[in-house]
This record gives sequence, C-alpha cells and structure tokens, in this order.
Amino acid sequence: MKDEMLYNYILGIADNSLILGQRFGELCGHGPSLETDIAGTNISLDLIGQTRSYYQYAAKVSKKDITEDDIAFLRLEREYRNVLLVEQPNTHFGFTIARQYLFDVYHLLFLNELQHSKDETLAAIAKKGIKEVSYHKRFSGDWIKRLGDGTEESHEKMQEAINGLWRYTDELFEMTEADHEMVASGIGVDLSQLKETYYEELTELLTEATLEIPERKYFSYGGKKGVHSEHMGYLLSDLQYMQRTYPNMQW
Amino acid sequence: MTIDLLPNIDTQLIEILETVSDPEIPVLSVLDLGVIREAIEEKGEVKIKLTPTYSGCPAMDVIGDDLKSAFAKVGKKATVELVLSPAWTTDWMSEAGKRKMEAYGIAAPLEETADKEALLGNKKIVKCTNCGSTNTHLVSQFGSTACKALFKCDDCLEPFDYFKCLK
Repeated sequence: MKDEMLYNYILGIADNSLILGQRFGELCGHGPSLETDIAGTNISLDLIGQTRSYYQYAAKVSKKDITEDDIAFLRLEREYRNVLLVEQPNTHFGFTIARQYLFDVYHLLFLNELQHSKDETLAAIAKKGIKEVSYHKRFSGDWIKRLGDGTEESHEKMQEAINGLWRYTDELFEMTEADHEMVASGIGVDLSQLKETYYEELTELLTEATLEIPERKYFSYGGKKGVHSEHMGYLLSDLQYMQRTYPNMQW
Repeated sequence: MTIDLLPNIDTQLIEILETVSDPEIPVLSVLDLGVIREAIEEKGEVKIKLTPTYSGCPAMDVIGDDLKSAFAKVGKKATVELVLSPAWTTDWMSEAGKRKMEAYGIAAPLEETADKEALLGNKKIVKCTNCGSTNTHLVSQFGSTACKALFKCDDCLEPFDYFKCLK
C-alpha cells in the first residue's frame, strides 16, 4: 500500500517533466533561431533525463517486472498524472516560453523542497535537478522580459500567452491523495506552502517585463487525476508511436 | 592530483580509467571529468560508480559501455552503477583536465560568482580560446551539449564553447 502510494507520487512528479520535455522537444529543428533551438532541446534533454531517474526508481518501487520504458511508453492517457499546463501545445514561441516559465518557477520551488525529502533517491534526483532547472528558469525568464518589454507585437503576444495559460497555474498546487500521504511521511512536498512564493515571483518578473497579472477566479484542473485536455492524446500518439507499432523494440 | 580528488579509486585501476574519455570532449578522460566516484576491485571484479554531469547527458551510456570494454580488454569484468548523489559539480574536474579542455578549444568553467556574471552578460571575463581576448560575449546560455554555453569573441570573431560552472 505504501509502495503503491510512493509509486503514484513519483509518477506525479515525473510525468510533468516527461510531457514538458516532449512538448519543448517538438520544436527541435523548428526553433526561431539556431541558438534558441539548441537551448530548447537542451532543456528538453534535462527534463527527460530527470524523468528517466524518476521512472527507474518508480520501476524499482513497483516491485513488478517493468522498466522505465514501460512506464514512459505503455500507459494509457488516463494513467498519466501530469498537470494540464505542460501538455498545452506550442502555438507561437511566446506561448512556448510562457508555458516553460510558468512551470520553471514552480519546478525550482518544488525541487528546493524535495531535496530535503526523507526518501534518499528523490532527494538526490532533486539536488541534481536544481542545478539544471536554475538554468531553465534563467532562460525562460529572460525571454519573458525580452518579449514582454519588446516590440508592440511581442508584448501583445506574450500578454496573450500569459492570459491564456494562467488558468492552468493553480493546478500545480492541488494536493492529491499521494501528496497528502507523502507529506505525512516526510517524503513529499507540501505544495500549498509554495503557492504564495510562486505568485509573488511571477508578479515580480511579469511587472518587470511590463506585463499585466491576469485576474482570474476560475482555474482548470484534472491532469493530476488523469483527465487531460484534448491535446494530450495527440502528444501521446507521437510519444508512444514506436512502442505501439513495434512492441518491445529497443534501441 | 587526480588521486587527491578521488580518494575512493584503487590506484591500480587508474591507468585503465585514464584511457576512457568523454565521447564529446575526447581530450578529457573520465578522471579529468570527475565523473568516477568510486572504482574498487573485489574478487577480480571491478565495481565502478559513475555520476552524470547532467541528468539527461547521453554520453553516460557510452561512457558506461566504454568502461566495461576497457576493463574487458585486460580480462577484468566491470560493473557500472549510476549514482546521483552527491550531484556532480565542475569543482570535480581536474586542473590538468581544465587545461586540456582549453587547449582543445573549450573555455574552462570559471568559479561560481564569476560564472554568474559571465552568463548574465555583466562582465567580460570569459577568455577566447582562439586568441585569448576577454572581449567576448554570450551568444546562448545553452551550447552544443547540455554542459556548455556558446560565446563569441569580439576581437577575432570566432565562436567558442564555454563549459558552464555547475555547483
């Protein structure tokens, strides 16, 4: 029972990284400039690398005969526990950056707490991740400023992206059953404690980027329960294509 | 010098470990890079603990395989375990390694505060590996691999990689 809860908890963390890595990775070869393209793929690589560490650990915890690949490629849509924010498609570059930044700020706050986890493996993955995610946030934050405080058009597009994605931010702090259990046993992070700092940090940077903070009372939830947006199925069909077409294939 | 940094490596294994290099930066051995955290020989079997520079570093699988085959060549069986904690830092790179890297055309990591100043574009301190000028600027915080940033020299106009400081 406890192992199953830990398994669910690990997937909850890992799926965010996998899906965001997959999304940003879709821009590989399509970035607005060579340097940005490379930056995007590097960030995706970090995220997928972190995911691998989590999934390898989850496979061990499950005590079943499964590997990281089974977890990544062979689950159904409803079994992925990532938040809605990370699965939103790349529309324009400003949107991709806004999605990244909204997640990066949360991600760093989260890992900063997870490094104190009583679970040694999770703490180790977090410590490693902090170094990488600090770079991600610096990159996405710089672009928010550059585009927000840029031309009239870039400002407008960035504001539109922030407004569009804002409704997915509250879900980051939604506590699942696994979250509650893991906080109680000293393994997990109490997400509600991160919320205030998160919005403070966003407000500071968005203000500097001459952007307005959206006023929103209603938020979208569901990802953590496996109820995803319509975009998720398309993403998974790309992600899972090889394993579905050639079952058990290996590189 | 590498021995000081890596007290948990059996001395008789060093010679073979030196022959295994980073596939992306072939002038650096795994010892220069500081990714070997432990290498001990027990009952004829070599046990190695390897730590990644970055979580997603694709070179890790290659390095693991290279280590096994390097020991296989001398008739020893090696097992490689990936360890994440404590997380790798650029401090674990050897001084000799940093010099080799510079000669190879990659600027070595500065210490932490200087690195931040450089990557934020506040100070011109990263030395061009081509002409030695510090009149350089950051082109991108992310370079050809996860561990590098891309710089350009404003004197000789050559682009070059800078190995990011990771602490």
